[in-house]
Amino acid sequence: MANSAVGVIFSNVHDENIPELSRHRTMASIPYGGRYRLIDFSLSNMVNAGITTVGVVTKYNYQSLLDHLGSGKDWDLARKDGGIILLPPYSDETDAPYTNRLEALKGITGFLNHRNEDYVVITDCDGIARIDYSAIIAYHEEKGADITMVYHEQVGPVDSGYYMTLTPDENGRVTGLKINPKLKANSKNDVYINVMVINREFLINIIQDAVTRGLSSFGKDILSKNVDTLKIFGYPFQGYYAGIDSLQKYYEHSMELLRKDVRDELFGARDIYTKVRDSAPSKYAEDAHVKDSLISDGCMIEGTVENCILFRGVKVGKGSVIKNSIIMQDTVIGSGVQLDCVITDKNVVVRDKRHLAGCAELPYFIAKGRML
Amino acid sequence: MQRKKECVAMLLAGGQGSRLYALTNNIAKPAVAFGGKYRIIDFPLSNCINSGIDTVGVLTQYEPLELNEYIGNGQPWDLDRSFGGVHILSPYQAKKKSSWFEGTANAIYQNMAFMKKYNPDYILILSGDHIYKMDYAAMLKAHKATGADCTIAAIEVPMKEASRFGILNTNEDGSIYQFEEKPKQPKSNLASMGIYIFTASKLFKYLTEDDENPNSSKDFGKDVLPAMLNAGEKMYSYRFQGYWKDVGTISSLWEANMDLLGENPAFDVNDPDWKIHSRNPLAPPEYIGDNAVLSNSLISLGCEVNGTVVNSVLSSNVVIEEGAEVVDSVLMAGSVVKKGARVVYSIVDENTVIEEGATVGEDKEKNAGIAVLGRNITIGAGAKVAGGQILDKDYKGE
Repeated sequence: MANSAVGVIFSNVHDENIPELSRHRTMASIPYGGRYRLIDFSLSNMVNAGITTVGVVTKYNYQSLLDHLGSGKDWDLARKDGGIILLPPYSDETDAPYTNRLEALKGITGFLNHRNEDYVVITDCDGIARIDYSAIIAYHEEKGADITMVYHEQVGPVDSGYYMTLTPDENGRVTGLKINPKLKANSKNDVYINVMVINREFLINIIQDAVTRGLSSFGKDILSKNVDTLKIFGYPFQGYYAGIDSLQKYYEHSMELLRKDVRDELFGARDIYTKVRDSAPSKYAEDAHVKDSLISDGCMIEGTVENCILFRGVKVGKGSVIKNSIIMQDTVIGSGVQLDCVITDKNVVVRDKRHLAGCAELPYFIAKGRML
Repeated sequence: MQRKKECVAMLLAGGQGSRLYALTNNIAKPAVAFGGKYRIIDFPLSNCINSGIDTVGVLTQYEPLELNEYIGNGQPWDLDRSFGGVHILSPYQAKKKSSWFEGTANAIYQNMAFMKKYNPDYILILSGDHIYKMDYAAMLKAHKATGADCTIAAIEVPMKEASRFGILNTNEDGSIYQFEEKPKQPKSNLASMGIYIFTASKLFKYLTEDDENPNSSKDFGKDVLPAMLNAGEKMYSYRFQGYWKDVGTISSLWEANMDLLGENPAFDVNDPDWKIHSRNPLAPPEYIGDNAVLSNSLISLGCEVNGTVVNSVLSSNVVIEEGAEVVDSVLMAGSVVKKGARVVYSIVDENTVIEEGATVGEDKEKNAGIAVLGRNITIGAGAKVAGGQILDKDYKGE
């Protein structure tokens, strides 16, 4: 299994779903779960499946992503052969940077041509899940598929601006593929979760073909139109999946990490990798009151924290009460502050005695570096 | 031009640390866990890289396996270099003879070839037994300014404890006129910290002479430093002010952990200007449950706390179940305290399990001493481990 596949991760796709958090960064580098970035989940899944070459497709705002990935050593992907390979937009005199997935794939055909693995695992960064990609590759081989698309049964409408539902037959063959269908409340749908396995040479061929024919949409022009002729299979993922397609979903799914079953599934095996910051262990002062919270390293807690997620290096001053909130890296909360259902982006300063509240449906968001 | 390093550090990490009992049964002292996520050796290694010294030889001898694995290629300390970086130096078989490191000086002598490879002007000698933050670059600057052949870092200790240390008797300008190893009647309270900077050529000369001297015990403090002083070499003390603690005993290891606690801790590991680097655990943030009570404690990544933790230091992946109580204690990585168990005034090593309702240790005020549990053992349900007791095997109780 090892090295039978090369990975490709799209870092910017779906940025528009969550503008608050992607204003200064890629979808891939949105902070999640106290010490992670969204890309850590896809990247760790790849590493854990023995994939040692991962191309990361970028478009804009990717400084924070570069900073996060570094040489790739934190994922054991600082390699002579392969490792993490950043694929910024490629454009020559005639082409502007890509505007859709097909153009983005065209821009990385050089990368794909130079590899010799049989398969390409393509993922986006909008999903939190611990998925065994090697099982999907095995399924893909067993079915003799051209493309295997991973889906997850979801109830009700999907918030994302672009999504697909699949209709697999009893053998797993996808016989129907719809783009952005209207989904009824309480209806169960097999929603594609933006993880696919595809034969590498096949992928190169369809990109070439699409370019010569002037096609523009991978989903519509290639997948949807050719459902009958291509061997597209669906792979059901039945574990925990959190699709991050709006700020509200970001909040809702983040809070699910306070559930033991969710934490055990994602982190129980201790194999989700992330950038290391060398922070000290978190410090709980004499008067700290902490309940039902996920606290990352380097924090200093002197107040009350309930039902929260605290990222690295957060300070909570004396007499402050922080509830139901997500407090990102290096946020400093003074004393006597009250926060409820608040998301603070990185490096926010909340001065003494400020009171702020949102609600679970509409958390109060404070942008990066703001001082209140 | 030949490539060179101005200063090469040699870190003596071979010590058994026998006064740490069960904690060093299978690991060398520098590999002992400290402060939640660190090991003792993280401090000298971080000091080196923070001082701009990127070439470090680590001399190992006693139970080196875990220490070697921990250091690995040195990447956590930014010491993975193609020229320089961290190197494990273990005793080896030479053409003429093969021998274990016979003393601190002999260990360095046997690795002369390693040092010479970098053509250094200065050699920094360190030990792996202390918790401190120190800018070796400032000490090197002082060494150059005085034109010394050897500079010894020194700290003032309480007079009544001075006879446990190597004591420096100095002139007003800091030059040393006498060196006394553990004197019964100390003349000063200026103690050697076991940190030396030598002008390389002098060190090589005196190490070679020391090796040829059959009466020498091959020790820096007992042999090499006195020999240099007797020969009239320029030796200076370098005053260090700050936190410095030998963690070679159970009680000093416990105290040093406790020194990290409090609003203004005696020793702050969370110092953005002097980061302590370490090999980080691969774990999610710690989860603090509904029934947790936490006070004045350090908690590390991957912990699950549902009980009470007071005045304690928890390493990564420690589990404290509901109704369990941990007071005045140091729990190392992966240890588990089950429902209703109580751990007080104790040090618990890695992956040890304390079953339901068991009691480990006695309140500090009872003066029974610190209870110590070695790694990978199980204390049975309801069992009682007395204060001051040291266990390195499973214990089911009486």
